[in-house]
Amino acid sequence: MEHFRTFSGSLILSFIKRDWRGAVLPLLFILVWAGITAQGWVNTKLIVPPVNVVKVAYQTLTHADFYVGLSISLWRDGVGFLIGGVAGIVLGALMGVSRWANRIVGPTFHTLKHISLFAWLPLISTWMGQGDVAKIIFIALSAFYPVALGTLEGVQRIAKAQVEVAKVYAFNRTQFFFKLVLPAASPQILAGLHLGLIAAWLATIGSEYLLAKSGLGIGDTVIKGKAAFNVELIIVGVLVIGLVGTVLNRLASSVEHQLLHWRNG
Amino acid sequence: MLKIFSFASGRLPLKMQNRKQHKEQNKQHAIERRALRVERNVKHSVKRNLTRKNSGVLGVSVMLEGLMAKLKSFLFAWMFPCIIFCVWLVIAHFEWIPSQILPAPSLVASTFTDLWASGELQGHIGISLQRVMSGFGVGALTGLLLGTAMGLSPTLKDYVYPIFKLYSQVPMLGWLPLLIMLVGIDEALKIILISKGAFVPVTLNTYKGLQGVPSIYIEVARVYRFTKWQLLKKVVFPSALPPIWMGLRHGLTHAWLALVAVELLASSEGLGFLMVYGRQLYQLDVVLVAVVIVGGIGLIFDKLLSVAETYLLRWRHDAF
Repeated sequence: MEHFRTFSGSLILSFIKRDWRGAVLPLLFILVWAGITAQGWVNTKLIVPPVNVVKVAYQTLTHADFYVGLSISLWRDGVGFLIGGVAGIVLGALMGVSRWANRIVGPTFHTLKHISLFAWLPLISTWMGQGDVAKIIFIALSAFYPVALGTLEGVQRIAKAQVEVAKVYAFNRTQFFFKLVLPAASPQILAGLHLGLIAAWLATIGSEYLLAKSGLGIGDTVIKGKAAFNVELIIVGVLVIGLVGTVLNRLASSVEHQLLHWRNG
Repeated sequence: MLKIFSFASGRLPLKMQNRKQHKEQNKQHAIERRALRVERNVKHSVKRNLTRKNSGVLGVSVMLEGLMAKLKSFLFAWMFPCIIFCVWLVIAHFEWIPSQILPAPSLVASTFTDLWASGELQGHIGISLQRVMSGFGVGALTGLLLGTAMGLSPTLKDYVYPIFKLYSQVPMLGWLPLLIMLVGIDEALKIILISKGAFVPVTLNTYKGLQGVPSIYIEVARVYRFTKWQLLKKVVFPSALPPIWMGLRHGLTHAWLALVAVELLASSEGLGFLMVYGRQLYQLDVVLVAVVIVGGIGLIFDKLLSVAETYLLRWRHDAF
């Protein structure tokens, strides 16, 4: 009990002591928004009052469809990220370790990465249709480049002395990969995965906008809102997209911190 | 344990024992050979460095060696694309895949020359470049201003940074439907979205760059009694230039990414539109031409900025 009391006390204290100056601008924004819509200075069909947004948010969030859509989007995001991440680590490590691979694949890789991601979409949609396969391929591709680049950078930074020690100990290939390459390059690989996660979420939304025919994802909710001129729904959708992005970002940061604990400790 | 082991091995048939020994020996040899190889490599590189530095006679041969290495890496670099191209050529030649899905290279080439000759392609490229430049200009300028302001004034940073963070975390495409409602699908939409793509990395990198100026530098400047302006011009900005430049590079890449996305979604001209158009008519040759040009322009942007980077930051190399 004593424990709990001190714990809750510190929680409240930290809540009060938090820097609230960051909240000033958003609150001001909302106040101005509410003010001009209440006064009717703007077209309230286009710039909707914040109260309506809250109402629509409540309606949407209490509906099961919303969670189905969100989980479908997250599922695609996860699968695409997994595929792209693994492929990125493998190719990045290969290019970093083997001079041959780097000579042969490297230039092509570094050139292809300049093709803007969305430029692949028309090709992917022609070859793979507009279904989940096309979307997941696109998401995987978007996660692939940052992960591969991060891994390559990390592997290239491994000190020569470490490689020589591994050679003297006659590490075989698996040992070499799992005991030397992966741990030594882990900071850059994790940084790449972090960037890949953000890119994958952008691609998830993008693929739902651009390949939307019969999707159910969160991006499709927004598109539906746009088609029905439902500005409230669009704002709710945008907020949810941003929230998921923030949560993913936080998650990646804390995982990165946890996994790299051994380096600082 | 050892006794048991030796006993057991003593019981082994002679042949097998020999083989086992042989194996052990082989392993030992392999390790020794590896160590030798490592040593030789080190010696070799040391020797090469020595000859490079000391001998003028060998200069020509060293140059030749460098030329050969360049040629070699050039050939290697083209190997992979050539293989892909050959596979594509063969597939198109035997028509294993219908040409609506994979057009022949010759068709793509002739489409390119047709589009170029009619001036259509240049028009699309010009419009896309114009959009990306104005969007990037707006985004980079506002980003530099906000990043500098946040980097120099901690109070402002406390107020603005949280909302900036929130804003940057909604992917740029997330804003699209809302923006379409508010500003329509005209140029304004494109410029706003493209500038958002550039604004976020530029702001972040400028702010972080100014934050990361080592306090020792500033102390030295204080000792020399630099005025505020001198401090900014001679110490803070030069020291923060590498990360700021990095931000500009990222910003241009993001702006280009945003341009293609927004042109795919809402446009009646430009490279993205060309892709949508080709895709709708199942003319993949047009799409491929557009993809190649998008990639080429992205590559040129990056090369230009990296050349400018080495030029702008040339003073840094003198230290090492």
